[in-house]
Amino acid sequence: MSEPLFTADEQKKFDAGLAELLSHYPPDRKLAAMLPALRLLQSLKTWLPPEGMQLVAQRLESTVEAAYEVATFYVMFHTKKPGTYVIDVCTNLACALRGAEGMLSYLEQKLATKSGENTPKYFLRETECLASCATAPCLQVNEDHHENLTKAKVDALLEKLS
Amino acid sequence: MSVLAEKVMTRDWDKPGQNTLAGYQKNGGYQQLKKALTMQPAAITDEVKKSGLRGRGGAGFPTGLKWSFVPSLEKNTKPRYLAVNADESEPGTAKDRFILENDPHLLLEGIGITCFALGAHACYIYARGEFKYPSAVLDKAIAEAYAAGIFGKKLMGTDYELNVYQVRGAGAYICGEETALLESLEGKKGWPRLKPPFPAVVGLFGCPTVVNNVETIAALPRIIEKGSDWFMKLGTGKSGGTRLVTLSGSVNRPGTYEVAMDTSLRELIYDKAYGQGMPAGRSVKAVVPGGSSAPVLTANELDVKLEFDAFKPTNSMAGSGGVMVMDDTTCIVRCAWRVARFYAEESCGQCTPCREGQPWLSRLFRKIEEGRGELADLDTIEQVARGIAPWPPIGLGTTICALGDAGALPAQAFLTKFRKEFEDHIAQKCCPHGAAPWGFFGEFK
Ligand SMILES: Cc1cc2nc3c(=O)[nH]c(=O)nc-3n(C[C@H](O)[C@H](O)[C@H](O)COP(=O)(O)O)c2cc1C
Ligand code: SF4
Ligand code: FES
Repeated sequence: MSEPLFTADEQKKFDAGLAELLSHYPPDRKLAAMLPALRLLQSLKTWLPPEGMQLVAQRLESTVEAAYEVATFYVMFHTKKPGTYVIDVCTNLACALRGAEGMLSYLEQKLATKSGENTPKYFLRETECLASCATAPCLQVNEDHHENLTKAKVDALLEKLS
Repeated sequence: MSVLAEKVMTRDWDKPGQNTLAGYQKNGGYQQLKKALTMQPAAITDEVKKSGLRGRGGAGFPTGLKWSFVPSLEKNTKPRYLAVNADESEPGTAKDRFILENDPHLLLEGIGITCFALGAHACYIYARGEFKYPSAVLDKAIAEAYAAGIFGKKLMGTDYELNVYQVRGAGAYICGEETALLESLEGKKGWPRLKPPFPAVVGLFGCPTVVNNVETIAALPRIIEKGSDWFMKLGTGKSGGTRLVTLSGSVNRPGTYEVAMDTSLRELIYDKAYGQGMPAGRSVKAVVPGGSSAPVLTANELDVKLEFDAFKPTNSMAGSGGVMVMDDTTCIVRCAWRVARFYAEESCGQCTPCREGQPWLSRLFRKIEEGRGELADLDTIEQVARGIAPWPPIGLGTTICALGDAGALPAQAFLTKFRKEFEDHIAQKCCPHGAAPWGFFGEFK
């Protein structure tokens, strides 16, 4: 038998979370909870495993296809298991004007990985403007935001990850 | 010289505890909602019309007018909704997040006032997925407001029910476009809808819906407090109030500033209160004035005021207030590529001119930047851009939503205004700014 998707504790969190989410919408609009439900699933499992996608689809009285259509449209959803640390680097114009391209190469070199490559430990990738344009350059590690970055700050940040 | 007569949006930001309910109420918070609840809903909309409040999300559309498109309950008995746009993903823009972080109850009070005026009993705040911290502050504020009996079955103790929910996106620029936002709120991928019908008539769940930006809604408590005349007089021309702008790129002091509408780009860049000028030895080459969807301006166009209508003669726009400055060492072709690449990545793929055209523009800019360009490429750029958004006039694209224009018009402006730089890249078969660093590009210390 394959392993169950959730531990008992996770199952409880998922059920309670989903019930709360569904209460935010008209009763005949369960599908509306798709993004928050996928976010809930991902917060428990770090990604969106196929069994979880099936569960969300079933609970929202939708189809697995509809769930995947959403999951693959939005870059923050992971339908493949990402590395432990997902590092999103903004390389849009305002950040680029403040050295974001250099920061990305610096990270590639320090982490010995390539932008866009998903390794078990790191998933380093370029992302779009993160509303830190005046506090550039910036990046997010597993959705935690860091701005006004310098080499020294990036070094300190990476130290905490390893 | 323009001066900011008084702070409006940022008035209380540095007061301690302002982002908590207790702190907010100490500074008079929720008194304006209380006052609004004693007014006739139509009278609130009238005040907003007279105030000259215009949408801060990008288009500068008159807010009171937008509200008045919602059909009366006699004509349309469906529930109505308010959707607050906290997607803040226009490159160059970082202002709404500071309202959420510093003064979330100001937004919530504005939401109460707006919903009452519209007859809406539910509001969804759509915040971009990357806003972990701003969203956490907002969630806490919403919970505080419920616990204090401000929201819920009895709005401020009256018989009016109002529920307010935050919904988080998951990383898609297009979901800032109002109809894509509604699709996303309905649990779908962010594919913009054909308009008409406009959301005010057929919006969320097929019901009348107003979509407004965070900064727009957060202005409501001030308008109720001090009146529409006061708000209008603070502004310039047909635009009431002050505005938040984000100054970024090559300036001494980047930042998010509240400015008077008649502040010019030049003042914003050079004034002591704002950008404090260019780094030593650098001069302005180009400025993107209103988020990356706004066509670039040259150093000769810095006297334009940051008010919405003032931009018309420049064929650009005040947009979302994201001002990005490029200095004389910056490679314009690389800037054009960075911007084009963004629209290529973020096109939702629904319309052919945008889905195919934006990546094509991006590839052509990159080709030129890497020294592989030919003169014929410049004509192709112009043709492709015109295929997405024929000009003049501006804004009449061949696509379902304005992302098409947002990619095409800047591409055209970079090329026409800085054509010589493109030609130099082609003639020299390389970027004349040398290998990395390209001006500020790549310099990471
Ligand atoms: C591609 C695209 C992206 C947009 N992104 C945003 C955004 O992030 N935030 C926002 O408030 N408006 C955005 N808008 C504008 C909205 O469609 C809409 O006009 C706005 O939210 C209306 O609010 P307002 O009248 O208060 O400005 C975007 C528009 C387009 C075409
Ligand atoms: S213009 Fe582009 S982003 Fe807008 S609907 Fe068409 S393909 Fe999608
Ligand atoms: S351009 Fe990087 S945060 Fe805006």
